[in-house]
Amino acid sequence: MEDILARHNVTVTGRADGPPVVFAHGFGCDQHMWRFVAPAFEDAFRVILFDHAGSGSSDPSAYDAARHGSLQGYADDVLAICRALDATDVVFVGHSVSAMIGVLAEVAEPERFSSLVLVSPSPRYLDDEGYVGGFDEADIREMLDSLDSNYLGWSSTMAPVIMGNQERPELSAELTDSFCRTDPHIARRFAEVTFTSDNRADLGQVRAPVLVLQCTSDAIAPVSVGQYVADAVPHGTLVMLDATGHCPNLSAPEQTTAAIDRFVRGDALVG
Amino acid sequence: MNSQTASEAFYAALLEDDPERLYERAPCGYLSTTPDGIIVKANATFLDLTGYDREELVGRRTFAELLTAGGRIYHETHYAPLLHMQGTVREVTFDLVRADGERLPVLVNAAVESDSDGAPRVVRVAVFDATQRRAYEHELLVAKQRAEQSEARAQALARTLQSTLIPPSPPELPGLEVSAAYRPAGDGEEVGGDFYDIFQVGQDDWVVALGDVCGKGVDAAVVTALVRYTIRALSMQREQPSEVLVALNDVLLAQGTDRFCTVALARLRSAGGTWSATLSSGGHPLALHRGQGGAVLPVGQAGSLVGVLEVVDTHDHVVELAPGDVLVLYTDGVTEGRRGREFFGDERLRRSVQQHADSPLPAESILADVLDFQEGSARDDIAVVAVRMPVVPPASAVHQQVREESPS
Repeated sequence: MEDILARHNVTVTGRADGPPVVFAHGFGCDQHMWRFVAPAFEDAFRVILFDHAGSGSSDPSAYDAARHGSLQGYADDVLAICRALDATDVVFVGHSVSAMIGVLAEVAEPERFSSLVLVSPSPRYLDDEGYVGGFDEADIREMLDSLDSNYLGWSSTMAPVIMGNQERPELSAELTDSFCRTDPHIARRFAEVTFTSDNRADLGQVRAPVLVLQCTSDAIAPVSVGQYVADAVPHGTLVMLDATGHCPNLSAPEQTTAAIDRFVRGDALVG
Repeated sequence: MNSQTASEAFYAALLEDDPERLYERAPCGYLSTTPDGIIVKANATFLDLTGYDREELVGRRTFAELLTAGGRIYHETHYAPLLHMQGTVREVTFDLVRADGERLPVLVNAAVESDSDGAPRVVRVAVFDATQRRAYEHELLVAKQRAEQSEARAQALARTLQSTLIPPSPPELPGLEVSAAYRPAGDGEEVGGDFYDIFQVGQDDWVVALGDVCGKGVDAAVVTALVRYTIRALSMQREQPSEVLVALNDVLLAQGTDRFCTVALARLRSAGGTWSATLSSGGHPLALHRGQGGAVLPVGQAGSLVGVLEVVDTHDHVVELAPGDVLVLYTDGVTEGRRGREFFGDERLRRSVQQHADSPLPAESILADVLDFQEGSARDDIAVVAVRMPVVPPASAVHQQVREESPS
């Protein structure tokens, strides 16, 4: 039980007796992605952060090429973490690929979740008949090839310099150099699993209420995709954030926090 | 005007160089973008590199839009988060899509400038043409892949070679129990110099050969193969193991290799249901015999190394194998197994033979003891062959069962 918490670098803050909220980071970085959002929930919630296998400060042994060859493996990790923490009625907040990881976890164990917040989600990145994911096969192939051919760059690119940040001094002290550092082989595999997945059929199975947070201009998950997700889940709401890019948790943390806050605390009142 | 004031004037003139020109003609592409990435300023070098007109970019395009699809994903999942979190990124590799659709490999440094409240105001992006560097990296990558493939092939070759030098499992001898164990040094990716062989010469006439060719790797393996098959051929024509060693010595000298070896030979013959072993050693640790008294003793007399001297000293020693007797042939990887400064040594080996002489697979058990002593990792190749005369001649079913327990 303890092992899995250490393996995924799980951190728990906030009120021990509060309802649990799990923040899951997307492809590329680690739990620090939630640095400007998660603390706002510590007053009333039990705030749970973790690093996916193969990301951030997770234990290298947590990654298993077979288990993590599909998003279901990552969803199983989320469930195992929740079980280890005895967390029920979980509010799951998933960014990017973790949105679909949350969907899969909820479909597998609906009783464990009270609601899902999907930040910049996409159930399928590839275009399909009658569906615009934003990328065609060649784009994804190029991205995967670039992981291969670039891995000289990818392996060390982002790794090293966590520099002093005078505007946000609190960051420098806290940030480990693991942010955005991933084993290039795992990064490539995670990218492949992420960008070739198709979870459209899973959306209809979600029982919990779902909040979709969508940026106005997102190069990875276009607005139409966010709308698709909100429409496809049985109880979905789309909230547009006046922000651009794929990471409103970094670029527009106040708006992101406020939208999640309205959704989960509103729920709490209603529930 | 003296020379000092002249140089001061010169430096002053440099400092007053047109800032616009410094910017426009800087030896790198230079962009300024809003925190959202919309290009608000681009220098002439950037326009030259990419082939865009200023009007096509400024206020119209984001930096990410100039990247390939793969690059955009990287931009959103790595570059932008890092820029947000730490305010700078350095040496990020991207491909820019030029106005003509061609790809331009670039290295990018970027820094966020914030206003007095700490809110990001502008992102400054320096773009370096990395065409040659990328071509070089590509060559490195191809070379690395080739090296990895070669290594995989070499390992496969080593394993194949090794398997030709070590029988996958010992053959069954009528009325004798033979077990064998082998463990290459380290991770086993290099062909070791140890070998053993068990083969039939005639009716109730068998040979066990076990030896150690000096050195490792393919060169040693070539000699090992020569030694192994020469012993096979010579044993067909010569009765005594000592004669085989003498002839083997001649063959190795004639071969002109500077590699030599040590060999232990046991010729096993059966007459009237009893087996005897004729043993000879060419510079090899003497075989151990657990006889009727229960003591474990070396048998015979060590002869010369094989493949060094013109004239060699060899001896034969005959042991009658009574029911329960065990003969153990081994290489020096056993006794020279080390833990710190301590060797496994003759005494531990004798105790190990004593302890396992009656176990189903003595050779495997002795190997396990040596590996335990070395905490699992063998510093040298280890080969062990044990021959046992069963107390009750083995029914084939019993023998079969023993064999099935063998991991090989």
